[in-house]
Amino acid sequence: MTATTDEIMTVVAARELPDGVVCFVGIGLPSTAANLARHMHAPNAVLIYESGTIGAKPTRPPLSIGDGELADTADVVISVPEIFTYWLQAGRIDVGFLGAAQLDRFGNINTTVVGDYEHPKVRLPGAGGAPEIAASAKQTFIMLRQNPRAFVDRLDFCTSVGNYQGGDSRQALGMTGRGPTVIITDIGVLRPEAGTGEFVLTAVHPGRTVEEAIAATGWPLRVSPDLVTTELPTADELAALRALTAGA
Amino acid sequence: MAQITTLHDAVADLVHDGDTVALEGFTHLIPFAAGHEIIRQGRRDLTLVRMTPDVVYDQMIGAGCASKLIFSWGGNPGVGSLHRFRDAVEHGWPHPLEIEEHSHAGMAGRYVAGASGLPFSVLRGYVGTDLAKHTSTIATITCPFTGEQLTALPALRPDVGIVHAQQADQHGNVGIWGIQGVQKETVLASRASIVTVEEIVDELDPRVTVMLPSWVVTAVAHVPSGAHPSYAHGYYERDNAFYREWDEISRDRDSFTRWVDDHIRGTSDFSDHLSMVRSGMAVVS
Repeated sequence: MTATTDEIMTVVAARELPDGVVCFVGIGLPSTAANLARHMHAPNAVLIYESGTIGAKPTRPPLSIGDGELADTADVVISVPEIFTYWLQAGRIDVGFLGAAQLDRFGNINTTVVGDYEHPKVRLPGAGGAPEIAASAKQTFIMLRQNPRAFVDRLDFCTSVGNYQGGDSRQALGMTGRGPTVIITDIGVLRPEAGTGEFVLTAVHPGRTVEEAIAATGWPLRVSPDLVTTELPTADELAALRALTAGA
Repeated sequence: MAQITTLHDAVADLVHDGDTVALEGFTHLIPFAAGHEIIRQGRRDLTLVRMTPDVVYDQMIGAGCASKLIFSWGGNPGVGSLHRFRDAVEHGWPHPLEIEEHSHAGMAGRYVAGASGLPFSVLRGYVGTDLAKHTSTIATITCPFTGEQLTALPALRPDVGIVHAQQADQHGNVGIWGIQGVQKETVLASRASIVTVEEIVDELDPRVTVMLPSWVVTAVAHVPSGAHPSYAHGYYERDNAFYREWDEISRDRDSFTRWVDDHIRGTSDFSDHLSMVRSGMAVVS
């Protein structure tokens, strides 16, 4: 079985989730990754979807964050205002997943517009739950395909704050969560450098190269001296993932 | 006491050109039938409020009902872009759309403030983002007790709040279960409200987790399947195939206009509309 790029990204993200983690999940790869973790090494992971479902246990990845199966399998269903106040803002989420249209070297994210705000080239969906997930989750994981249009030197719009301007600038804003701790791409993995908060390449997936990662990044990407090669998805991981996504 | 009436009459009586109107439902119980009726009756110049302006607002924006949108996430969940929303913002078609954008946490808080009779909502958010540069309804406030800098947002007080629910009883008491979104806050924040329901029953189901007493609801209308292609927990499932098809229907102005003319303007009511699309719908037995 050869793993696809999406499968590698999903498995790498799932491995980052410890058992018992309380995880705020979006739709797409993050949702699949969190459910894979729950089916593998993290049976006690708590999945929270912003539609108000706490402890959802879907049998297959949902299309929307409000699919009926999430409510049917949840420990409890609460209102949307409550999700964002008692649960997220109060700091009860261990890991929040984020996607992006654009991302910069400090893990700040744009999901609002490409181009000028008043006259956008592309109007994107907007903020959704992301700014407060980015601010208040204890840490965030970002999943995004790496290419120069996405990994940019300068965001067109800052929707959600990562390590802000680097150094201790994030903490100076008064944010309670640590911010982004890993970026998982189709080429490899980036993690923030201690002190500067700048994301550097720490792993490449099998068959991918440092040169590809650098070429796909709009800022001068630095490479960790401890660079490793991602361990390929095991047969067990792939089988569990494919069982989960079959029929989705 | 809520008046039990038809959706046609409720919209005719309560929704006027230029009004601020909120149709809520967080993926579940989205009041599509009411959105269609507003299109059918040709309302114009509305300020539309909704956390997730998905396909229902794509239809209303494309049909020319809206001049302003207050929102936090505008996409087709799990599918992609809202093409009519994007065309309005990017190219001003069918006419320019003013936008006021927030985050989900901000919008939810603004409804809570409206429902609570407070002038504003307070949260720890928006700091460091570019949202405040473009949205005038975001301000900084200092906590009088701790000195912490927080974000204040004005309450939402729509002229009309519209939601869909599973049930109402003969008195107009409304019952919801499953994902509850901001439906309660929307009804309580709004000056008038319309609730469409799957069923009018003698007694509300014991599964009901959110109950809106008749005396806070203005009008109740019986519209079976009134949330389609969204879903009503315990009645029918989300028509995911329609959400995917919408991507194709809405991609181009002509195919969108044909669809609205045939499926909304050319139908007499929502049951007439449903008979045109019924084939794709999964019914919970």
